[in-house]
Amino acid sequence: MNTTTTFKPAQTDLPPEQELARLRWQCRRGMLELDTMLGSFLDKCFSQLTDKEKSAFYTLLNYPDQLLLEHLMGRTLPLDKDVAHVAKKIQAAAGP
Amino acid sequence: MSMDLPRRQFDTLVIGAGGGGLRAALQLAQADANVAVVSKVFPTRSHTVAAQGGINAALANVLPDNWHWHMYDTIKGSDYLGDQDAIEYMCRAASHLVVELEHAGVPFSRLDNGKIYQRPFGGQSQNFGGEQAARTCAAADRTGHVILHTLYQQNIRAKTHFFDEYFAIDLIRDDNGFILGVLVLEIETGEPLLIEAKTTLLATGGAGQLFRTNTNAHINTGDGLAMALRAGIPLQDMEFFQFHPTGVAGRGMLITEGARGEGGYLINKDGERFMERYAPHAKDLASRDVVSRAIFTEVKEGRGCGPDADYVLLKLDHLGKEVLDKRLPGICETSRTFLHIEPAEEPIPVYPTAHYTMGGIPTNRFGQVVVPVEQGEECIPGLYAVGECACVSVHGANRLGGNSLLDIVVFGRAAGNDIIQFLKNNRYHRKIDENSVQAALDHLHRWDKKDEGESVAGIRTDLQAVMEEYCGVFRTEEILKQGLEKVLEIEKRMEHVRLKDHSKIFNTARIEALEVENLLDLAVATVTSALARQESRGAHSRIDYPDRNDKQWLKHSLFFKEGRRLDYKPVTLQPLSVETFPPKPRVY
Repeated sequence: MNTTTTFKPAQTDLPPEQELARLRWQCRRGMLELDTMLGSFLDKCFSQLTDKEKSAFYTLLNYPDQLLLEHLMGRTLPLDKDVAHVAKKIQAAAGP
Repeated sequence: MSMDLPRRQFDTLVIGAGGGGLRAALQLAQADANVAVVSKVFPTRSHTVAAQGGINAALANVLPDNWHWHMYDTIKGSDYLGDQDAIEYMCRAASHLVVELEHAGVPFSRLDNGKIYQRPFGGQSQNFGGEQAARTCAAADRTGHVILHTLYQQNIRAKTHFFDEYFAIDLIRDDNGFILGVLVLEIETGEPLLIEAKTTLLATGGAGQLFRTNTNAHINTGDGLAMALRAGIPLQDMEFFQFHPTGVAGRGMLITEGARGEGGYLINKDGERFMERYAPHAKDLASRDVVSRAIFTEVKEGRGCGPDADYVLLKLDHLGKEVLDKRLPGICETSRTFLHIEPAEEPIPVYPTAHYTMGGIPTNRFGQVVVPVEQGEECIPGLYAVGECACVSVHGANRLGGNSLLDIVVFGRAAGNDIIQFLKNNRYHRKIDENSVQAALDHLHRWDKKDEGESVAGIRTDLQAVMEEYCGVFRTEEILKQGLEKVLEIEKRMEHVRLKDHSKIFNTARIEALEVENLLDLAVATVTSALARQESRGAHSRIDYPDRNDKQWLKHSLFFKEGRRLDYKPVTLQPLSVETFPPKPRVY
């Protein structure tokens, strides 16, 4: 019962500033928990990610909200180990 | 200029892709109407996805039940401000629509006998106030998610056209009062687009972002409500906003009442169990409004905790890790993730959190937007509203759990059906009023000014703080008057706000500015309506008028933007086919 959001390619050819703005909008979700976690991760950590981690972050953003919530709250582990690694980082950055 | 604008035409334009908008769109698309849905985020990221509890319907799968009992509970829950015709309509339709959702693909949880699982929720009773009922149909803890995804997939099958990541700016209206469509902005390109439609349905959700601490997604900025206000349409019952006493301080996430039900209790900075002073018998299990006001008072009187003394603590550690992990896993998870606090070792900082907008765009039970005229009221031709942005009014002064998902599917479908009739009688697009289009463009281009000014973020933060402090859970004449003054000051400051970034592609700063503008209009509506209502009813709790006053205030408020004028209209006490439920004291 999940609709995969394939509405944008994983990476775009936008200049970095605009790409960051696009990502910021992709971090707007249907739940406060996700808005909070993804938004603060984008601000605090995204620029320091390796290319591999960035790619995993793009993958994660395409997950439906409930699945994303389960991964980011640590209830379930993403099958892809790179995505799981980034999910852990997002969780760690969600604190005060 | 407006003549250069790209334009598209549809029979019906739906603004908002939550459950209400998608249910209406599905009804229309299945009837072969040419329907478009505009959504500022990808549709399945709408806030319906967050509704976990379930959807009420008197299926009687677990305990005896019928729609008439559900109707009674909803009216009582609304503190008698709900319109009884709409409530009867909703409760009667509920069972049929839940089965319809099931057939559309919603995987409801099951009982052993194969029937849909139903759980008991607060405010549900058998036999008009008797034993607890079990009326809430659930798909585990993700009912909103599965309903939203099912409706989205069905819409794709029915060939509904989606404008994903488009932001609605303003309604287009002609001199005869017809709504002719909406000016929207494509977020990716920053380019405006005029969508002409014979009918427009607003389904943009609530406005929880009015308050600093709230449970809502960031998208809940009440865009449709503000668009209606700007088009001269009043907003109904805006003073009624549902709060939960315990949200994560400064963050908003809900900490359920279950925490106190399991033996958790609140303390102030002195470690005092302060609820004993406010509610000697019920203590921490007193009603939501009492606990919320007690927390506010503790903080206001300097007994708050933390460096800014702006929250109290919810103590759970005495329950032990094993009990907490078993009975309150969600709270432990929230606390660990957002506070890095282990509830078995440390108390959780909490503060009242805003949750649901009971007020909204006034509609009848067909989803038609209605406005007062000399005798009674009349419909705005071509305009509909459903869901949290609408006020039909089935929730009155207080919404019951499980009734919000029901509201969106019942009235989404009803609006879809009425629009189909409207389209039969209005087969051609009316001529677009170019002055109205130009006014909407001017509104958008106001953000192109390039001189120095204040930032949008500062305005948003200040507005949310003022609303929380002066129009939250603790309301008196004096506090609300101060609140109104402060909101109006912020409104003045808004004139001098400028954007630093004038780029077009994914300029989220511009979208956030448009959202703050919307919130500001709604803040004025909310405080003005709250100041005027001199009684306590449902979620609107006035310290200086602690009782419900049916003689003077059994009526709906209507706030008009022009002149900040208030009007009132009677509550519909006459149901469609059964006897009225006359107002009684609301005791549980």
